[in-house]
Amino acid sequence: MTKKRGRGMASVNYPTGMNLGGDPSQALIHATTTGSFIVTLSSVDLGQGLKTVMAQICAETLGVSTENVIIDTADTDTGPHCMGTFASRGTHRIGNAIIMAAKEAKSVLLEVAAEELEVDAGDLETDGAGNIRVKGSPQKSIAILNVALAAHFKHGRTISGRGIFLQPRSYPEPETGKMTPATCYAHACTVAEVEVDTETGEVQVLSLKSAYEVGRALNPRMVEQQIIGGAWMGLSHALYETTEPYYPNRAHGPTDFNQYLMPGPGDLPEFSNVIIERPAGDGPFGAKGVGEMTANSPIPAIANAIFDAVGVRVDSLPITPEKVLRGIQALAHDPEKWTPVFRKDHAQTEDAARH
Amino acid sequence: MIEYRKDYFSDARTDGLTEVGVTRQRSDVLGHVTGKTQYYADRHFAGLLHLKMVRSPHHHARIKSIDVSRALKVPGVVRVLTAKDVPQNIYTILCLIQVEPNDEPVLAFDKVRFKGEQIVAVLAESEQAALAGVAKVKVVYEELPAVFDVEEALKPGAPLVNEYHGRNWFTYEGHHCRRVRFGNVDEGFAAADHVIEEMYQSSPIEHAPTETTGCIVVPDQNERYTCYSNTQALYFTLDNSALILNSPFHKLRLVGGTVGGGFGGKVDVITEPIAFLAAMLTRRPVKYEYSRAEEMQVSSPRAAERIYIKDGVAKDGRILARQVRLYVDAGAYSRHSPYGTTKAAAHMPGPYTIPNVWVDCHCVYTNRTPSSAMRGFGVTIGDFALEVQMDKLARLIGMDPMEFRILNAYRDGDMKAHQKEVDGAALVECVQAASDLANWPIAGRYRAMSSQKREG
Repeated sequence: MTKKRGRGMASVNYPTGMNLGGDPSQALIHATTTGSFIVTLSSVDLGQGLKTVMAQICAETLGVSTENVIIDTADTDTGPHCMGTFASRGTHRIGNAIIMAAKEAKSVLLEVAAEELEVDAGDLETDGAGNIRVKGSPQKSIAILNVALAAHFKHGRTISGRGIFLQPRSYPEPETGKMTPATCYAHACTVAEVEVDTETGEVQVLSLKSAYEVGRALNPRMVEQQIIGGAWMGLSHALYETTEPYYPNRAHGPTDFNQYLMPGPGDLPEFSNVIIERPAGDGPFGAKGVGEMTANSPIPAIANAIFDAVGVRVDSLPITPEKVLRGIQALAHDPEKWTPVFRKDHAQTEDAARH
Repeated sequence: MIEYRKDYFSDARTDGLTEVGVTRQRSDVLGHVTGKTQYYADRHFAGLLHLKMVRSPHHHARIKSIDVSRALKVPGVVRVLTAKDVPQNIYTILCLIQVEPNDEPVLAFDKVRFKGEQIVAVLAESEQAALAGVAKVKVVYEELPAVFDVEEALKPGAPLVNEYHGRNWFTYEGHHCRRVRFGNVDEGFAAADHVIEEMYQSSPIEHAPTETTGCIVVPDQNERYTCYSNTQALYFTLDNSALILNSPFHKLRLVGGTVGGGFGGKVDVITEPIAFLAAMLTRRPVKYEYSRAEEMQVSSPRAAERIYIKDGVAKDGRILARQVRLYVDAGAYSRHSPYGTTKAAAHMPGPYTIPNVWVDCHCVYTNRTPSSAMRGFGVTIGDFALEVQMDKLARLIGMDPMEFRILNAYRDGDMKAHQKEVDGAALVECVQAASDLANWPIAGRYRAMSSQKREG
């Protein structure tokens, strides 16, 4: 038994959004009597942390703390339209809608505060700690709580705002494919290090070292969560997962997690990540969508590392031990031969028959 | 371990942000890790009916007859639904963005086009009774020849999968595929020192969410219906459901927002319309939830793709031409695949500046579970093919794979193949940062390059 190590890399980009059908999302914001801000959406948090980041974006725009922002989402009787949570669009599209809504709400907030303080609204700023103060003379200030109370009970004003972000639809030119399919693009590069068992064909991924350009990391730990989760999925796609193991033959489809294989905790590599920020001109505080991209660069990086280790090109996913071993055996017979292992006729008949 | 490389693009960032750029604990994380988060299935309603499906055992067959009489005699079975009960039975999800034609039945009636296709919904007081009812529905089939390979499906004489298209491919404004034409690849290949063509293949992949797809629909007062769903897109689901049900839009309400894993698998609109219909016809709450086996074999996977890439490269490392033929295996129905195929075309030739590009992306119908959206839709498998190809090219001409990427990486102001100017590029910097991180040395010339300037 020999274990051989190899290293491979891959670099990718990824589009934010899906404006081949028009790509809008909306947000409504209002202040409560006591100066909390409710952001009403119909957007779905898939577990990636959308609600938290949206609260941060709203708080930053209003100049209040994130704790003072409440996200009320995902009811079509109350929330304005959202296209949906997919296509790496949530942070970018919904974030931009919230910024627009928060700016409108903030202008009302400052107008009411200006009346209370008997100053010009243009001279006011929020202090991020729950107060509005006069620029240059911070002792002259009023709590947002009192501004909100005054707006409701004294001035008859709604501290509210409406926001929408629409990326208009792009129609591809049929002859040439000229189109504007997305907005900003995120980037990544992954270096994978693997160890291949030449007797069993098994691949162990030792490390995934990646650089991600995300525009702006709005919540650093949640960016880290996204990129490690995504890299795990990439590893899983590269080596394990399929619903049709002998595609295009339909047989032997898994129906549970005993048959549908994925890496377990013991299969996880060492993850090291670098973040680069090149803010997108149209992104909320420069952020780009990175949710989907993070799964992509590990897959070819692992494939290239396997070649580096044992000289075998497996050009079909997933790269199973069987395919690696067949490649190693083919190479032993004819070392000069540079052969992709996948052959569709072979996969359809011989392999299926063998099982 | 995570590190910020603030030295890159340091003049492009504004400072003074206090609420963004800082870590805040995810608002839902305590509920998740303590098991207290309420998902749609945690809602309980008196009189709930369970919906289970009779599914096709065949990949392709004509339905000769459907007999539900014995199912209705099973204790606990309340009613069954067939295609006749569905007001607008033929639909396609992306009709909302004018994708045509409607090509998929909510419940199959004349034909089944993939194994697992839904035919009859059985509603019962318990899951067990619903499954017992499903087992008693008798469907008589006449099996038809099936096609499973995308290139076989495109050949003359292949079995016709989907009559609504009339051929085994989606038609893009009169073309049999989505095309990109930029420069002249023949001239590029003629000028190249090496030309290689390689084939790449993927198999369908499951989203594998912890929580399977599903919903509960509850009749409200005033003839309205609330659907508690784990969909990723509430309005997509509401609008499609209303169209299928021939219902005024205001009668339907979607409540969601807490999802146990999506990854694109909960963008299709499959469980909600039939659950709405069942609740309307029975005036009782109805739950339709995929089993794990249904989630894996019936719900849409990531499309399998077959990709041929032909490249012409010069000895100095420049890629002069790239020709891509890409086949997306859509399975039996369109769902989101016509869109994903266009997205795949727009993604080619990858994040590199290549003067001559020719792309044909085919959205092909076969007799398998329809594929649809999944994380990296139209891009993930393309990136696998492109980046393995890049590795082969680098080795072919004896260049370091990182330096080869940096040399060809797109820069600000370059023109992409889909005729959009590059803006905000950062691939060069990512490769440089990865070379530092992985201790993979690159030559000074490539170290000095940037996305804003081609050379240093």
